[in-house]
Amino acid sequence: MASEKEVKLLDFWLSPFGVRTRIALEEKEVEYEYKEEKNLILGEKSELLLKSNPVHKKIPVLIHHGKPICESLIIVQYIDEVFPSKTPILPSDPYARALSRFWADFVDKKISQYALRIWRLKKGEELDETKKELVENLRMLEAELGEKKYFGGEDFGLADIAFVPFTSWFYSLQAFALLSVEEEFPKLTAWGNRCLERKSVAKSLPEPKKVYELLSARRKELGVE
Amino acid sequence: MSRSNVVLLDHWVSPYAMRVRIALWEKGVEFESRQQDLGNKSELLLRSNPIYKKAPVLLHDDKPLCESLIIVEYIDEVWPSPPLLPSSSYERATARFWADFIDKKFAEAAIKTWRSARSAEELEAARNEFFETLKQLEEFLGEKDYFGGETFGLVDLALIPFWSWFSAYEKFGGFKIESPKLSAWIQRCMERESVAKALPAQEKVLEFVCMLRKIFGFDQ
Repeated sequence: MASEKEVKLLDFWLSPFGVRTRIALEEKEVEYEYKEEKNLILGEKSELLLKSNPVHKKIPVLIHHGKPICESLIIVQYIDEVFPSKTPILPSDPYARALSRFWADFVDKKISQYALRIWRLKKGEELDETKKELVENLRMLEAELGEKKYFGGEDFGLADIAFVPFTSWFYSLQAFALLSVEEEFPKLTAWGNRCLERKSVAKSLPEPKKVYELLSARRKELGVE
Repeated sequence: MSRSNVVLLDHWVSPYAMRVRIALWEKGVEFESRQQDLGNKSELLLRSNPIYKKAPVLLHDDKPLCESLIIVEYIDEVWPSPPLLPSSSYERATARFWADFIDKKFAEAAIKTWRSARSAEELEAARNEFFETLKQLEEFLGEKDYFGGETFGLVDLALIPFWSWFSAYEKFGGFKIESPKLSAWIQRCMERESVAKALPAQEKVLEFVCMLRKIFGFDQ
């Protein structure tokens, strides 16, 4: 069993990438010390963060036995390999693993940059185009999910962990970009609710209203509203 | 296992496709390479990679795998010997981190050196970015023989294909790449049969990039 000091997570409550690592740690029932980068939004980064992730200077960073691991999907796979549990995050079949990685990577390449940018755009062409891209890619994601319980089938896995943090942003997408995920993507919505039934997810996801409040405040500061 | 079990939807000049070729040859896997015409994409390519519509795609027993690093990890798992990833979880995470860095930072910076008509400022910025990422890679390499340590591995395989593009970066970026550390590493890699086979000659790549730039209208 990991003692408290063995596992440390440098994180920020809002970050979907941080949420991924929290979910993975919870899935494996790992005890860890959570260290919030409180002033990240102001652009301030702690010494520990800069020392632990000198290349990207970003959270999340997992520090295990004093050694840092960076990049959320890499951290999640590390957690899966190092902490055994009854429910692995990646399946054992190599082809299924490759598919899992592919769709987790799809979320990084095709969802996150649009979802995380759209809230700061004023009404206009850029907002419309960003929304269009996001909708197109969500459509691909929903098509991949199909009638399955989770992206990997019966088992909650890497691709689910990669995408589920973004469900906390759906409320804001509706408010700022008039994109109703519930209406347009019923399968993804149902999947999101299924994921929320898992303790690891319920514990790790920030409340949609809190996300909205922060983004709303930032929008005012940036003069978007 | 018959040859046709492993088919690579290939593209001779793509560094990403080179990665897969290197991996397959490192493992001694026989495969059929099918060159793709990216200007006129085949049914098979579009069917096998509907999301990105790009090469490389590996078809193993007709099952498609896309995205070069994902393909390479698959190859490593299905044909475990010789291993491309280290056995320790921490070292695996480190290898994956730097392979990801090469994709996210190095490749992005490299593309900017040739792929657009730019102002003098943009070109300067592109140059700086390229050298910054190269420096970070050099630092990580340190005194090691390979990025992974004593044996050729994922990070080496991820980076070495871009060496075939160096003439193009230099010509259009307006700089010379001089790094004794990297040069030694490059030579070491090129001594491997898999790498020597997989990489096209720099002149051919340069020719290709010149042609692309004409098509995009960057050069008169």
